[in-house]
Amino acid sequence: MSRNTDEGATHTPDGRPWSEQPQWRRDFPIDLETDEYVSRRDFTSFMVLISSAFACGQLWIVGQNAWRERRGKPPLKEIARLSELPVGASTTFHYPTENETCVLVRLEERKLVAFDQACTHLSCPVIPRVSEKRFECPCHNGSFDLETGHPTAGPPRRPLARIRIDLAGDKVLANGYA
Amino acid sequence: MHSRRFTRQQRVPIVMAVLCIVITIVVMQLWLLTATMDAYLRRDASILVPAALASLVCLALNVGLLLHLRRLDA
Repeated sequence: MSRNTDEGATHTPDGRPWSEQPQWRRDFPIDLETDEYVSRRDFTSFMVLISSAFACGQLWIVGQNAWRERRGKPPLKEIARLSELPVGASTTFHYPTENETCVLVRLEERKLVAFDQACTHLSCPVIPRVSEKRFECPCHNGSFDLETGHPTAGPPRRPLARIRIDLAGDKVLANGYA
Repeated sequence: MHSRRFTRQQRVPIVMAVLCIVITIVVMQLWLLTATMDAYLRRDASILVPAALASLVCLALNVGLLLHLRRLDA
């Protein structure tokens, strides 16, 4: 088979130079080497498309963060009363919206902690085990420190989102994220 | 620059080299994206904008390499 010395490809059907051939013939060559070249070039284009998708993802995160900051600090909200929550007990509440469940634990007389109840692994609700000083995620045996919310075992890598607690007399108030 | 100075056989290693660089940059972008998402979920906003800028720089590099590749075919 004779070869076009300029392109390293087979002769074109109409005898015109390779550079004058229509785009479709250049994109779908019958020559194996040329086909490899075109497929690698097109794969490079595809990878650049993936690259632009990742960059868009980054910008989306920045936008989401800006939107979250624009919403401002969550409002102060009464979530429990000290008289109804003995030391060592826990309760759940919704904060900052009705769709987000959190858990409040009374560790000592005047020491309370509150965290988002969604596990940072796959959002299963965590269960406080006060006697073991940890939160347990039953889905994948995840474990978080009861006081700090930091992961101590299992697949979770991020701490639970902590909610700032204020006390006003008998009232327990949620005051944004810590 | 006249791109036809390269034969197709010479352009195959060029496209392979460009492809390797592009893949490396894309892997870096993937790492950046996962790290940024992790920071966002931790409510740590300090690295979000620098990471986004770094990702845009990576994208610009990739687009530049792709354009260079296109110029070889022109």
